[in-house]
Amino acid sequence: MSGLTLRDLTVKRGECPVVDHVSLTVAPGEVVGLIGPNGAGKTTLMRAALGLLRSEGSSSLLALGPAERARAAAWLPQAREIAWPVSVETLVRLGRMPHGAGTSPADDAAVDAALQRCGLESFRTRSATALSGGEQARVLIARALAQDAPLLMADEPIAGLDPAAQIQIMQVFQTLAGDGKAVLVSLHDLGLAARHCTRLALLHRGRLVAEGPARDVLAAQHLAATFGISGAFVETPSGPLFQTLEVLR
Amino acid sequence: MRPGVQALSLGGLVGLLFAVSLLIGPAQLGAGESLRALWSGEGGATVLVMREIRLPRALLAAMVGAVLGLSGAALQGYLRNPLAEPGLIGVSGAAALGAVIALQTGLAGAATLALPLSGLAGALVAVLIVLLLAGPRGGALTLILAGIAVSALAGALTALVLNLSPNPFAASEIVFWTLGSLADRSMVHVALAAPFIGLAMVALLSQARALDALTLGEDAAQAMGVSLTRVRLTLVLAIAAGVGAATAVAGAIGFVGLVVPHLLRRWVGARPGRLLWASALGGAALVLAADIAVRLIAPDRDLKLGVIMALIGAPLFLHLIWRTRAEA
Amino acid sequence: MSHRGAVSPSASGPGSETMVGARQAAGRRLGVFLTGLLALAPSLPAVADTPARVVSMNLCTDLLAMELAAPGQLVSVSHIARDPLVSPLAEAAAQYPGNRGGAEEIFLMQPDLVLAGVWTDPVAVGMLRRLGIEVVQVDVVTELDEVADRVRQVGALLGQSARAEAVAHDYLARLASLREAAAAIPADARRVAEFYYPNGYSLGVNTMSHEILRAAGFAHLAEAEGRAYSGTLPLEKLVLSGPDLVIRSETYAGASRSEEVLGHPALVALAAGPHGYRSTADWICGVPQVLTAVDDLAGHRARMEAGE
Repeated sequence: MSGLTLRDLTVKRGECPVVDHVSLTVAPGEVVGLIGPNGAGKTTLMRAALGLLRSEGSSSLLALGPAERARAAAWLPQAREIAWPVSVETLVRLGRMPHGAGTSPADDAAVDAALQRCGLESFRTRSATALSGGEQARVLIARALAQDAPLLMADEPIAGLDPAAQIQIMQVFQTLAGDGKAVLVSLHDLGLAARHCTRLALLHRGRLVAEGPARDVLAAQHLAATFGISGAFVETPSGPLFQTLEVLR
Repeated sequence: MRPGVQALSLGGLVGLLFAVSLLIGPAQLGAGESLRALWSGEGGATVLVMREIRLPRALLAAMVGAVLGLSGAALQGYLRNPLAEPGLIGVSGAAALGAVIALQTGLAGAATLALPLSGLAGALVAVLIVLLLAGPRGGALTLILAGIAVSALAGALTALVLNLSPNPFAASEIVFWTLGSLADRSMVHVALAAPFIGLAMVALLSQARALDALTLGEDAAQAMGVSLTRVRLTLVLAIAAGVGAATAVAGAIGFVGLVVPHLLRRWVGARPGRLLWASALGGAALVLAADIAVRLIAPDRDLKLGVIMALIGAPLFLHLIWRTRAEA
Repeated sequence: MSHRGAVSPSASGPGSETMVGARQAAGRRLGVFLTGLLALAPSLPAVADTPARVVSMNLCTDLLAMELAAPGQLVSVSHIARDPLVSPLAEAAAQYPGNRGGAEEIFLMQPDLVLAGVWTDPVAVGMLRRLGIEVVQVDVVTELDEVADRVRQVGALLGQSARAEAVAHDYLARLASLREAAAAIPADARRVAEFYYPNGYSLGVNTMSHEILRAAGFAHLAEAEGRAYSGTLPLEKLVLSGPDLVIRSETYAGASRSEEVLGHPALVALAAGPHGYRSTADWICGVPQVLTAVDDLAGHRARMEAGE
């Protein structure tokens, strides 16, 4: 199957569980937003699901070997690391690595498609390190898209970007889901999460405390218990709107 | 420029410098005569000079340069740090210590492979210490500081071992071990170092794709199917073997692994994988050129290779530090 | 320069006295000798004839003093004199307390006379003199004939002139007979020899080693090629010149890169079998033992000729 299935996934740091028996499914066609306060275990959950951390319980990806896993899931870490001034195209082409040498016509097509989807055609030959933060974020997403995996996992891909870049990136994820891919994305912007995700999963102290449509997950009691804030959720003709209001404690 | 053209032009440069290296020497021999003697083995003393004196020197320059350049490029790719260099982080110094210990304890005389193996062991300890203290997340400053400490300790211990030697010549040879020289090396040295350097180069070149992937950081690379454990193990062993064997026969020649990748990085589109073979060829060319220079500048003096390398490398190193500082 | 320096790489190993000797002037030798005598006269008139306690701090004066001193007169020799690699009298030297050339340790031996070389550490020599110790710096030898002069000089200093005269006489007689044998070889039949020492250091014409070579019936490549002074000789030049005999030094314990060139395959090929010869401790100092070196090398020549 494609997508992601987690069953009782648990990660311990010493005796203390950082991710505590989380069961979660991300199906093709979905953009699942992983939300929760700092330290809730979002990054740990995703890294464990990918096999980058030792864990208990099961993740559908862990059943695969490293090479198969790389074709089954693309991973976009939070640190936007571009170590060397390679060209945008070279960087994006790195995503083709799980598929072989990266020089076949299929690879070219995938790279072109990823560049186009992220609006980067005109940046193709530019040095990736010379771009702005938002552009670099898009380049890295294009790299993950070029991997052409049925599942994309992105750790806070829109943190620190300007509003236009944030929206563009969330729209890319939606298009991907429209193409039948599964997307799991962690983010702190609850408004964007409410608007662009098909489903939200709320993590608190390593536990999955709520999961479902944004309206349900962003209910007042969840907001109070996990984030310690209040918020307003409004359905409008231009889609759902969520606004945070006050700190409760 | 296409990779093929680049490889050809760098390879051509190495070939040219190799030929020049064969043709210069204190004895004035005609180019045609000496190359004929080298090739055909006919010509008495000229054959001996070409095959036993000039050929091993040129071969060693190419081999040592190649493995040092390659090791620098591989270390930089792995650590994602343009300041990483076997000489600067103390690997060469520790390799020299290993070699000196093997020579002074008589191990090197007792077993043929003891000399390169001891160089390897010394280098291995240094690589492990430096990677432990300043792994990929350690940053440039930690790396350089760890390197200073390892270099200082290795240098002091080398001096200690040489001073305690019963051989009155040994004490004055700290300069050879810290600055390196290819004077009067023979085919014996080539044969000792070649297998280690060869294996090291094959192993390092095989990591091209992994190093490319590491451009995106360890997590992303790992998620693309790169086994970091294997990359790390291969790199540590290969660099120790290559730098260890090279240093055991030629002394610690610094800065090659810093200068060469820096000069060639833009040329290969900054791709760490392509930089590997380019740095191998570039390193061979640089050390061949430096060894030609030392013979032209001071024909009778055994001017150390490290002198030339430091004259080129140290200003560049300062420049890189300046740039790293500006970015931070 | 200390005794140690005489065999250390800075002076390029055995035979270094010859390099030093090239810089000598006869007048200066006399000057040093006279300075020694003048220094001796006012301060120690009572022991001017036969010093009771003599310390030698230089390998070459060690050898002369051990040969000439009366029993009990020689108090200490340099520790280098015990090293068989550089000292022909290593066993005899082991009977004496050794010194390392430090002013303090030598002063504490309360010597009436200290024998040193001209290149002995000037700091130690200066300090001993300031402390009122008589130090005579004996010059190096660059010609075989001078050995007799040096024997007589040290004999006079030790108050053993009669014994010295006998040794010098015997030495000159043996030297004359060895030279006679060598002179019998026609110039064009002489084999060509060359020195190759650590770091590729080779000896020029202006050295005692050159004279040893001549007295043993060899021609010296340096003479044919006009190299008066010692210095670095690139291995490939030596190989191309192709001398009949390559004279290398014995290597020290431990290991050094300086000596490694002596085992270079190209040199080994050149010095294979009878074409190679190792110079010994007898070659180092201008003392009567040099005739052992001449004798042995002449024997090697005879074997080379017989092997043809």
